[in-house]
Amino acid sequence: MTESDIITAIREELARMAPEIAFETLDPAADLREQADLDSMDFLNLLTALHQRLGVEIPDADAQALETITGAVAYLARKAAKSPET
Amino acid sequence: MISFRMPSLGADMEAGTLVEWLAKPGDKVKRGDIVAVVETQKGAIEIEVFDTGVLDRLLVEPGAKVPVGVPLALIRAEGEAPSLAAPAPIGGTAVAAAPAQGPAPTPIKPPAPAPFLPAEPHVRISPAARRVAAERGVDLARVTGTGPGGAIQLADVETAASPARPAGFDFTQMRAAIAAAMARSKREIPHYYLSDAVDLQPAADWLARTNAERPPERRLLMGALFAKATALAARAYPEFNGHFAEGAFRPSAAIHLGVAIAIRGGGLVAPAVHDAADLSLDDLMAAMRDLIGRVRGGRFRSSEIADPTLTVSSLGDRGVEALFGVIYPPQVAIVGFGKAVVRPWAVDGTLAARMIVTITLAADHRVSDGHRGALFLADIGRRLQQPEAL
Repeated sequence: MTESDIITAIREELARMAPEIAFETLDPAADLREQADLDSMDFLNLLTALHQRLGVEIPDADAQALETITGAVAYLARKAAKSPET
Repeated sequence: MISFRMPSLGADMEAGTLVEWLAKPGDKVKRGDIVAVVETQKGAIEIEVFDTGVLDRLLVEPGAKVPVGVPLALIRAEGEAPSLAAPAPIGGTAVAAAPAQGPAPTPIKPPAPAPFLPAEPHVRISPAARRVAAERGVDLARVTGTGPGGAIQLADVETAASPARPAGFDFTQMRAAIAAAMARSKREIPHYYLSDAVDLQPAADWLARTNAERPPERRLLMGALFAKATALAARAYPEFNGHFAEGAFRPSAAIHLGVAIAIRGGGLVAPAVHDAADLSLDDLMAAMRDLIGRVRGGRFRSSEIADPTLTVSSLGDRGVEALFGVIYPPQVAIVGFGKAVVRPWAVDGTLAARMIVTITLAADHRVSDGHRGALFLADIGRRLQQPEAL
């Protein structure tokens, strides 16, 4: 799984819940939830979708690491590299 | 023969537009089955039947706007003879048409025949989808169908017509519906307001422990704890759960908890989680998740919109510390939860940094007084101190 795969996954899952957001205009270093107006249910659904789609474990305690796009890509890439391919 | 009528989906609703039939003559139906979609000011709402039997005949065609109480279809009891010749066997892809023969009343028709748009001949298109496509100038050849066999349904057309907005919502109508309900509330209901800051640390710690080992799809949100605590407290304080209508308060035995859900792009709805006090936290969370998902997708059911008995509104973890709600008539109370914040707080005589949430109550002074309101609000806060008991 490449970083580009991860970005594609985030973009597509975000488009499902916030179709009016232009992904390219988001600041990857800023809080995604503030920028995309995601509430706690939206954010949990985003984590659920990324977990199921990418097969990466995202413990609740790590959820904060995914609050920016940059943070999410780094976290998911690191976790994917650690877990064996199935 | 039982008449299935246009339901009233709120005190402000006078009529609705039948968008789509989801059942056809000859189908067996039972109480709670979704048989039609009706467009109201609140958006597209899935309509459930209250009777069990066989759908005998459709009396209204998609596109027609009919007043509340007008029969939409006839349902015959099991064993009862059909009103006309038995419906012809329905093939796999055939769509049943209203019977044309016999003394049947003429089906109510849409105001004007919808013009047909050119489309791929082999693609099935629902009548409602065709009509809306014509109204909004959507090229059906460019619409991807998500129905059975790739059939183009109304939602597909609406998605194509307004990609930036969720399907099923007319934002102008929704704003008008909110305006009507809230103006009526402030005109008729003498609100009183109470507020209480509550230590949320025990609930936050319990939630973190509970969620630690769970995959995201099984995690709980604090909003589910808020809803459960409120529903349980409402059982102990029945004067906050029910409807005020025709000059009298009718408490409700069932606790159908309205959950205020913001719609992207503006507006909100507060459909009910049924029997919220009887659900486990996991089931309540699943119900809220399902409800919010369907509302955001523009689909919810008639009973969910019509029968909340008490509403909760929660700001979640963004926003501000307190919100004071406006009661949704004919309900008599709304409980608000602000954003939880970390504050210095005395615990057993020692100052500590604790997570604090401000809970508010807006209640109808025709039905209850501040004294009982305070006890009700305090009961919600007390229940949050023992999250494992929720």
